Amino acid sequence: MKPRSALLQSHDISKSFGSFIANDKINFNILEGEIHGLLGENGAGKSTFVKMVYGLLEPSMGEFFWNGNPIKIPGPQEARNFGIGMVFQHFSLFPTLTVIENIQLALSETQPLPELRKTIIEKSQEFGIFVDPDTYIRDLSVGEQQRVEILRCLLQNPKLLIMDEPTSVLTPQESQQLFKILKILAKTGCSVLFISHKLKEVKEITQRATILRRGQVVDTVISSEVSTGQLAKMMVGNDPQNVRKKIEHKSTKILVKISGLCRPANTPFSTPLLDINLDVKAGEIVGIAGIAGNGQSELMEVLTGEWRSKDSIDVLDVLGVDIRDYSPHRRRQMGIGFMPEERNGHSAVMNMTLTENTLLTNHNNPEIQKNSIIENNNLENLTSNIIHDYDVRTPIQNPLASSLSGGNLQKFVVGRELIKKPRVFFVAQPTWGVDIGATKFIRNAIIELANEGCGIIVISQDLEELFELADSVSVLFRGKLSERKPVKELNSQKIGLLMGGEDVSFISRGI
Amino acid sequence: MFYLTLRKETPFIFRVSVPIASILLTILFGIFIFSVLGYDPGKALYHFFISPLSRIDRIADLFVKACPLMIVGTGLVLCFRANIWNIGAEGQLIMGAVFAGGLALSLPDTLNIWLLPAMAVLSFIGGGLWAFLPAVLKVRLRTNEILVSLMLTYVASLFLDWLVRGPWRSPTSFGFPLTNYYPDVGLISKIDFPGIGTIGQLHWGVFIALLVCLLFWFMMQKTVFGFQVKLVGDSDKAFRYSGFNESKTTMMLFIISGGLAGLAGMIEVSANMGQLQPNISFGYGFTAIIVAFLARLNPAAVILAGLLIALIEMGGDSAQIALAIPKVVTGVFKGILLFFLLAGETLTKYQINFKYSKRRVPYD
Amino acid sequence: MIDALILTILMTSVPLVLAATGELVVERSGVLNLGLEGMMLMGAVSAFAFTYATGSLFIGLLAGIISGAVTAAIFGFFVLGLATNQVATGLALTIFGTGLSGLIGADFVGNAITGLPTLFPKHFGDIPFIGAFLSLDIVAYSSVIIVFLVWVFLFKTKTGLILRASGISHDSAHSLGYSVLKVRWCAVLFGGMMAGLSGAYLPLMLTPHWSEGMTSGRGWIALALVVFASWMPSRIIYGAILFGTITIMQLAGQARGWTIPPQLLSSLPYLATILVLVLISIRGSAKHAAPSNLTIPFISSK
Repeated sequence: MKPRSALLQSHDISKSFGSFIANDKINFNILEGEIHGLLGENGAGKSTFVKMVYGLLEPSMGEFFWNGNPIKIPGPQEARNFGIGMVFQHFSLFPTLTVIENIQLALSETQPLPELRKTIIEKSQEFGIFVDPDTYIRDLSVGEQQRVEILRCLLQNPKLLIMDEPTSVLTPQESQQLFKILKILAKTGCSVLFISHKLKEVKEITQRATILRRGQVVDTVISSEVSTGQLAKMMVGNDPQNVRKKIEHKSTKILVKISGLCRPANTPFSTPLLDINLDVKAGEIVGIAGIAGNGQSELMEVLTGEWRSKDSIDVLDVLGVDIRDYSPHRRRQMGIGFMPEERNGHSAVMNMTLTENTLLTNHNNPEIQKNSIIENNNLENLTSNIIHDYDVRTPIQNPLASSLSGGNLQKFVVGRELIKKPRVFFVAQPTWGVDIGATKFIRNAIIELANEGCGIIVISQDLEELFELADSVSVLFRGKLSERKPVKELNSQKIGLLMGGEDVSFISRGI
Repeated sequence: MFYLTLRKETPFIFRVSVPIASILLTILFGIFIFSVLGYDPGKALYHFFISPLSRIDRIADLFVKACPLMIVGTGLVLCFRANIWNIGAEGQLIMGAVFAGGLALSLPDTLNIWLLPAMAVLSFIGGGLWAFLPAVLKVRLRTNEILVSLMLTYVASLFLDWLVRGPWRSPTSFGFPLTNYYPDVGLISKIDFPGIGTIGQLHWGVFIALLVCLLFWFMMQKTVFGFQVKLVGDSDKAFRYSGFNESKTTMMLFIISGGLAGLAGMIEVSANMGQLQPNISFGYGFTAIIVAFLARLNPAAVILAGLLIALIEMGGDSAQIALAIPKVVTGVFKGILLFFLLAGETLTKYQINFKYSKRRVPYD
Repeated sequence: MIDALILTILMTSVPLVLAATGELVVERSGVLNLGLEGMMLMGAVSAFAFTYATGSLFIGLLAGIISGAVTAAIFGFFVLGLATNQVATGLALTIFGTGLSGLIGADFVGNAITGLPTLFPKHFGDIPFIGAFLSLDIVAYSSVIIVFLVWVFLFKTKTGLILRASGISHDSAHSLGYSVLKVRWCAVLFGGMMAGLSGAYLPLMLTPHWSEGMTSGRGWIALALVVFASWMPSRIIYGAILFGTITIMQLAGQARGWTIPPQLLSSLPYLATILVLVLISIRGSAKHAAPSNLTIPFISSK
């Protein structure tokens, strides 16, 4: 076998945004027919890099070589002409157009529709992807939408396919299918640049991997020759410190009781919740795992009171009170704290100051507001207390939320709820897109809260997080909650199967 | 070519200078237009901007002219802040006048001094009802409120037209489309300053208008209500998370702005006309949109903005009388002013980079 | 008599069809231009002025189209270049256009011109049943062809697909490498040309003189018509004829002393549009949905 030559070489590629250096002299190459991993934490500079490869950003410095020749990639059209295809993390699909129209949009040359339909069907058979060319995108599931994205790239016969965090929206089983497709693709000679922060995946699917940390290349390794532990170390830098140990809870006092929760889907895009039953004892952390889009946000809205109904819920008791028709601020008054997954525009408003963001969940607090007139001094004091107690680093006094880094803003948002010492706390994705330091801080704060006797529900996609925090875990799949298992009896394979909707009882029975 | 990038912090100077610069640029543009049309720009500008301010009674009339603009403008400020695009204030104003007029005309001989307050309440209800329809459609069915409120404006104006030509036409109007006069207790009187008497057409409605602006300014600045309005415009998810009810707030703001427009309509008729006629508004509902933007969505600044627009309107009259400049030139001024203001709005939010570049970050 | 009525209905519909077809393309690309009335008036006054000065109807039509496009370019500069609020900018354009056209046209009030001739010989109009359809002018016939071409463009060509895609998700269109702003610029200019042509039709054909604000709300009806047609070109023709019929019936009814108040008839198009909006909201079919990025400005860095 003759040595494979470099298809794409990145030579000293750098990108800065103002004073912030997102990519600092990136050097590595992708071989022909190779599946190459690009590994790094959120914010390590992976997305910036691939956007430059795809012509969406212009490098501040450095050069790309394509088959050994220096090239400029001024835009996606040109990238596609070179043979570079990209599947975006947030799909670039048009919901109210059909599959075939979406595909047509991505093709450089115009093909008559009947011919295109034929090509689509051929390609889908070749790679084992099936989608109906005439359905509207908005009627497809997330996994199917991704298949459309991939198909769309494949039709251009790419030489290099960039996949930006493709598995973040897939079940482990769907991921396996995706890997199969990628392997077939690599056999045909197409290279794949596979971007991920999941170590196992990178080890499983890639031949080589380049690890990025803070915009710099740490190393390029042969994936089979390193352990996940080594990869983690390169990705994170120093060893991640362990979080505080949780006290085994002894209490039998039930703080939260949910039964017969059935929420119908109110839009074509939402997931109905099907007969959910759950209870949480004092000092207990219940984890709810699952891929986004299986009812997590719907469940969270039920818990926060953003969605309420007496008819669709049999029991929703918290601290012994029936709160089915309680509004979010009535629930807050009872000592319930909650924090939805999305920072940007949900738990925080980006173009408001931190003080105003404090008001967001404190506007019914009698110290903050008298006869609906805001007491500014008290509000400012409370804000500075949160900033101080929860180690929020701010660039100036009372900045806009948008000027904080993700980790600091998340500490602020968590602090804003925890400073009230809630007796029950509902939280979704507490450390999504947050740096290691802040992650540790937040997880410790949650464990400490539980140790003080608070009952907590954590909804998370991050299995590692659930293994660290939760006493027991259930999986939410297509709006149904699986039987709850103590965390000690679970492993990621079992949870993974549940996340994909498999019945795992046979596993525990040893069949 | 140029492209825009989001500013992290808006320099304070921009907030103040945008309206001022817009006004100056509009005046410059005016000089240009007048020169092109062959009028002496100096004289024209004098009649436009100075003459209406040259006598105390003219200044008083300026306030009278600004009165409906201030009231409607305040309501629109609330809506626009909340990202609700009620552009049907014109229709809501008309319906307010119709509701109040209906009561006044049905009690031709009453001497009860509660008639006027009752008319005010009814006008608020009338305007509010006309705003209720786009609001409820937006909340329940996500129907585009811009289109619905606009369509309803035409319906309202046709409805008034039908009333004054048909069932409500005065038998003594010699066939003119006019209703009977309201009873005296249904009229808004001029302000009688002790020792001075009345000044121009200055009436108590102006007092109400100033009060409305200041009241809502206070509410926007200092109360949870104001926070609620800003928040709903910013992010609906954060709004629900915060515990407010989005649908209720949208409905409430729509109804308040419609109600205020209705109140303005009632004041306009009771203070200046004393009877209903086919044209009671002269586009106040649309002009108030300019007022709201000129005030940079601040209810206190609505007072100044309303006065300025009134100045352009009155200046148009005086320039027409003195120099025979067609009145339509006020429209040109108002349009240009709004253009400059909107461009200024962009400058405060975005940095303009004068370099040709195709590279943009499309997502993330 | 009936023929004359049908002819009037058809002629009333023509400017509505033209303006609405232009606006439909603009809205399909994700931009709402409420300045239709302003652009039409600028088209009307320019067409009249140039026809009056040169005696050439062709130059008049051309002037109308060009000034519509120029007025639309002002709108495009603010809305696309500076990402200003589309609703407010459109209103500003209407106010501005109404004022400026009045200013330009002040000297022309009271003058008359000869309008467009019919395309076919006059006596074709005497043919029973179809006479009215053969008594129209070239612009009227062209309007139907334009609607057809717009339909072909939007639904049968790649460029049309790109335009629709920009109206659905400008971020996706951008990441596929399409220049959203370029697409929208073209759409806005096309909308302006159509509005200008529509405006030109008024003094050149409907009423052979210029008067201030002579569109008398036709721009707003055309806006309603786009929604009424649920963004489908062919439906604009039915809608325009329906709206035109209502307008004419109201005038005819007045002359014959009908008991139905003419104001009620006049308000029917607006009420019907609201009804259609509600129906669209309830049914929510993907094909007839409003472009989801309508009125949302596309900004480079988000």
